[in-house]
Amino acid sequence: MSVNADLRKERAAATFQPELLTHILDGGPERTRRRKEIEALVLNDPDFQHEDLNFLSRSQRYEQAIRKSSLMVMKLREYGIADPEEIYWFKSFVHRGRPEPLDLHLGMFLPTLLTQATPEQQDRFFMPAWNLEIIGTYAQTEMGHGTHLRGLETTATYDPSTQEFILNSPTVTSIKWWPGGLGKTSNHAIVLAQLYTQGQCKGLHAFIVPIRQLGTHEPLPGITVGDIGPKFGYDEMDNGYLKMDNFRIPRENMLMKYAQVEPDGTYVKPVSDKLTYGTMVFIRSLIVGDSARSLSRACTIAIRYSAVRHQSELKPGEPEPQILDYQTQQYKLFPLLATAYAFHFVGAYIKDTYHRISGDISTGDLSELPELHALTAGLKAFTSWTANAGIEECRMACGGHGYSRCSGIPDIYVTFTPSCTYEGENTVMMLQTARFLMKSYTQVTSGQQVTGMVSYLNDLSRQRIQPQHVAARTVTVRINDPTSLVEAYKSRAARLVESAAKNLQAELNHRRSKEDAWNRTSVDLVRASEAHCHYVIVKLFTAKLAEVSDAAVHAVLTNLCLLYALFGISRNAGDFLQAGILTSAQITQVNQHVKELLAVIRPNAVALVDSFDFHDVHLGSVLGRYDGNVYENMFEWAKKSPLNKTQVHESFHKHLKPMQAKL
Amino acid sequence: PALTGSALGSVNPDLASERQTASFCVERLTALLDGGAEQTRIRRAVVEAIESDPVFSRENQYFQTQNERYEAAVRKAVHLQKKMHEMGWTENGPEYKYIYRALSGDVAFLLHRVFMRSISVLGSDKQVAKWIPLATQHKLIGSYAQTELGHGTYLQGLETTAVFDTATQEFILNTPKISAMKWWPGDMGRSATHTVVFAQLYIHGKCYGIHPFILQIRSLQDHSLCPGITAGDIGPKMNFEHTDNGYLLLKSVRIPRENMLSKFCEVRPDGTYVRQGSQQINYFTMTTVRISLISDEVLTPFMKACTIAIRYSVVRRQSKLKPGEQEAKILDYQTQQEKLLPQLAAAYAFHFTNNYLQELFNRGYAEIHRKNFDMLPELHALSSGFKAVITQHCTAGVEICLRACGGHGYSLLSGLPSLYTKILASCIYEGENTILLLQTARFLIKCFMAASAGQPVPPSVTYLAAMKHGKCPAKNKLDFLSPDIYIEAYQHAAVRLTSNTAAKLQDLIQSGVKKHDAWNQCTVQLVQAAKAHCHYIAVKNFAETVEKLETKAGIQKIMKHLCDLFALHGIFSNTGAFLHDGYTSAAQMDMVTASYLDLLAVIRKDAVPLVDAFDFTDKCLNSALGSYDGQVYQRLYEWAQKSPTNQMSPAYERYLKPLLHNTLSKL
Repeated sequence: MSVNADLRKERAAATFQPELLTHILDGGPERTRRRKEIEALVLNDPDFQHEDLNFLSRSQRYEQAIRKSSLMVMKLREYGIADPEEIYWFKSFVHRGRPEPLDLHLGMFLPTLLTQATPEQQDRFFMPAWNLEIIGTYAQTEMGHGTHLRGLETTATYDPSTQEFILNSPTVTSIKWWPGGLGKTSNHAIVLAQLYTQGQCKGLHAFIVPIRQLGTHEPLPGITVGDIGPKFGYDEMDNGYLKMDNFRIPRENMLMKYAQVEPDGTYVKPVSDKLTYGTMVFIRSLIVGDSARSLSRACTIAIRYSAVRHQSELKPGEPEPQILDYQTQQYKLFPLLATAYAFHFVGAYIKDTYHRISGDISTGDLSELPELHALTAGLKAFTSWTANAGIEECRMACGGHGYSRCSGIPDIYVTFTPSCTYEGENTVMMLQTARFLMKSYTQVTSGQQVTGMVSYLNDLSRQRIQPQHVAARTVTVRINDPTSLVEAYKSRAARLVESAAKNLQAELNHRRSKEDAWNRTSVDLVRASEAHCHYVIVKLFTAKLAEVSDAAVHAVLTNLCLLYALFGISRNAGDFLQAGILTSAQITQVNQHVKELLAVIRPNAVALVDSFDFHDVHLGSVLGRYDGNVYENMFEWAKKSPLNKTQVHESFHKHLKPMQAKL
Repeated sequence: PALTGSALGSVNPDLASERQTASFCVERLTALLDGGAEQTRIRRAVVEAIESDPVFSRENQYFQTQNERYEAAVRKAVHLQKKMHEMGWTENGPEYKYIYRALSGDVAFLLHRVFMRSISVLGSDKQVAKWIPLATQHKLIGSYAQTELGHGTYLQGLETTAVFDTATQEFILNTPKISAMKWWPGDMGRSATHTVVFAQLYIHGKCYGIHPFILQIRSLQDHSLCPGITAGDIGPKMNFEHTDNGYLLLKSVRIPRENMLSKFCEVRPDGTYVRQGSQQINYFTMTTVRISLISDEVLTPFMKACTIAIRYSVVRRQSKLKPGEQEAKILDYQTQQEKLLPQLAAAYAFHFTNNYLQELFNRGYAEIHRKNFDMLPELHALSSGFKAVITQHCTAGVEICLRACGGHGYSLLSGLPSLYTKILASCIYEGENTILLLQTARFLIKCFMAASAGQPVPPSVTYLAAMKHGKCPAKNKLDFLSPDIYIEAYQHAAVRLTSNTAAKLQDLIQSGVKKHDAWNQCTVQLVQAAKAHCHYIAVKNFAETVEKLETKAGIQKIMKHLCDLFALHGIFSNTGAFLHDGYTSAAQMDMVTASYLDLLAVIRKDAVPLVDAFDFTDKCLNSALGSYDGQVYQRLYEWAQKSPTNQMSPAYERYLKPLLHNTLSKL
């Protein structure tokens, strides 16, 4: 079928070439080419075809996922794809952006063996795991304990007489709960437990625990394992529970590259425990990228659909306009589009910085790790919160049809939303960033200089942020100039960091404990972290503009960057007013300029989502189809609904007819 | 696999201790929410009767497929008829309004009532006499087919046609193109035998606009589709698995002339079109629906979500607040309080807003009976605006509750995902929220202009005439606990937004921009003005309600705290609107923040009793996290065992086994 006329018109009117922008997002034309090549490998492979998942039960979806995962592992090796990013592409095309049961095996079990197992342990476990004779997961979270690791209750008690660890789940709250692939798929797990030896608790350590019988796949005696039941999303994933009753494993099953327990029970301390931070930073950086991608997908669907959908009237007597022509619709969607671009660039920045610093980690220079750790914690929270809300706004902007599973946005949302919780609950993450900000602030007030993204705090010691001081600077904020807006965000961050620090100090002066004071300031501290992250994002987006050589692309990205920055000011006007960074008159100008930018971006809106370059199969949305033939395909889709399997539903014979007969 | 000795039954001490320190009488507050102790008694009796009947059980709901959910809903709807008869409940009795709440809406044929109401309101006496008895006796099952695949809120845009054929005295109904297919109507995919269908009426080639027609779609004998009809289910949605939202495609379907609902318009045998009576009553119907959905579809799920999240937050412990102590209840963290307690305050605020709207509606209804339609515009503006503001706020609130429960909130067994996906549909149906807010804004601008010209305006907007250019008089943080101070601040913000937008509109029009273009260019601001207006009314009404409450049993005191929190949270989360034009100073904003944070700690102490007062039974909550006894972990564990995924999956034999045994040769 031909492309919908509205979409054709939109694409013809674009002022720039979408492919050029795609190259920027991918990191160069060569990366784009390779991505599309891998995409084609998957999409043209009949082995990876299946019925629309929306019509399958959870068990059926799990089954499909397992089938595809096994094939995926084989084919990755067959094709010789080994680069992590290329594996990521392949996997997300196979599973269409959804999680899958082998995620934890590939993403946690194997890497943990590589980093924390001794050579002897690697000999025993790595090759079988690589060949999928052993399928493992990573069992950390317990029913009663999540982000706060020290609170975990599972115990591993060393018995020197048999040289074994005895694993126990002493309470209901200590049952391992949530690990992906644990319920039905895995036959091994890396279990985190409190180590007891010679009567002393030595804290959390990791143990390789067999949980199912090789061959029959039945749970081993002493092991209770199963699926935790239905969830909001993650239908493909068998998140599981694990309860252990005096389950014994040999001493050699504790991961002992760092800490060790000797045969007599003597505990040998690890050299450094900072290394584990590296993994966390890496995973959080992935979530920032995921925020960008998930929001981009939702924007693609909502913006294409808004160009196809016609509703009401703008001008009396004229045909119904595209809903994308309504200012309120633009106001919902374009700031999110700008945000998606901003987050792409932030994700790329963190990935690059991580690779640069992790080079240093292996050579022993960890000096930049605290800042990166603090920054990724906050950015993980900031971007996942924003994307989470943004995906929902996109869905709402599609009206009733957004609510149908065929729009694809419900799936994007339920798949994405747990990232606000996992790998560190967002509020806790924001407070980690705040801790770093407070530390930096204290350093500055005691006369030391700080470096990196927090270096703006150095200005505070020279020039106290007083309303009149800052007010003197307000004239210098030029609302058409991204670099000037970066300065405005910087002032806001400085002001909120200082205000949180002062409130914290005031609480400390009133109360006994540090923890209490911290808790009573935590709302302020979260706000300070958010302002800091917001500043970093505006700064990185602005910096990215300088790298863009094509004039047309540069122009359109500059408008997006301005929209991102100005919309943020408009939404947080109170912060800028209260600190005297902007006047009421300037805020009015900002609000006005936001609306002007909406009109400026409007002609390029469809081209800007085309640049994200999601294949229809990957997008998984009837509303967001590239060809815009929405209504025909909704009808085709609905005909396949399980309720339509028979012309007369069995409920008629079972319930309706008897009722009508009786009345 | 069972843990030794189920702990279910005894109350978790962490939850029990919360209940010992309540500053007020929970039972008294419940009675206040119900509108009197007698109402509480009736409600509990209905809930008890429904919940003790196994047919109405929702125990396995989270494990069921779409087909199973649909069948259960039909079964319950049929059984409900029997139950009502057995209990002596009637549609006009005091019990009726509690049935839906007791069933948690999990029942089929809800559109049947809309079908009946449309006929009662839009049908002639003769039509009412013919159809209503059939519907009442369930000889037929009705639906209501308005929305089309390509057209929603904007009714004039509908494309289905009804062409009058004078020769046979019939209307010929057609779906001329795919976007004209009826799409979404509830109960239409599988159940309904009849529907009220909306179509463009054509007589002798002339279009007379949208009109309602009664149409039979399925055989009363074998339920097969009637000739010319294509209908089915529209497929899986975010929720409402129990409802067969449907599509309907019409191909030259003929219905007799008498099937056009003709209270207001009639087509005579010769094709003459006659209009009769006032159509304003139609607006009244929409107003009725918007107001009635607030309580059942919005406030109830919102209060359930608050109950679940707050109870769980005193059972869940995480990290340490003081070294050496036990891990703290997560509700003791300020950030957790900041997420949940404003939601609790909003639940109470909107409960009272709903009472206010209900009262206004009753007065309007009485006036209309006296043929006085003066109150309609105000009623329409308030019901539209509050439908939008309350659905939006509560939807966001349920999502906050969900995420505040961390990982476990994501499990369906928490009950929160279903509450969320259900409540969020309310932002779309019965008028898309942005469009509704713009309707309220249109009313505000009109009244503002009238007030500026010295003309009288309805009571809820008289404040627009009294724009004061003063400053907020607060001198310290305690001043912000005075309703006069914050109501004035809200009023100032609402007037400013409305008057600025009115001025902007006028400027544009004077500079030569066409009226409709000017309107579109101001819509973002107009939406903000409408929201500010509703927020102001909600705060003012809450404060006035508190004034009138009994001082006994600590009720007034705790409600005053909640009112303050609701008001200050609104300022705290939208500081720009209050700082703009200097009404509130930077220093005063710091006072607002300080007072707001202080209140969190005060209300924290009563958080559990405040949700207990909502009086939801465990069966009604259907949540492993939110049960009255707080045995969260035990319940999660026991419920998970029931999951069908814990029966042996065919995936092992088919895929896992070959994988693990390395029989996939290529590995």
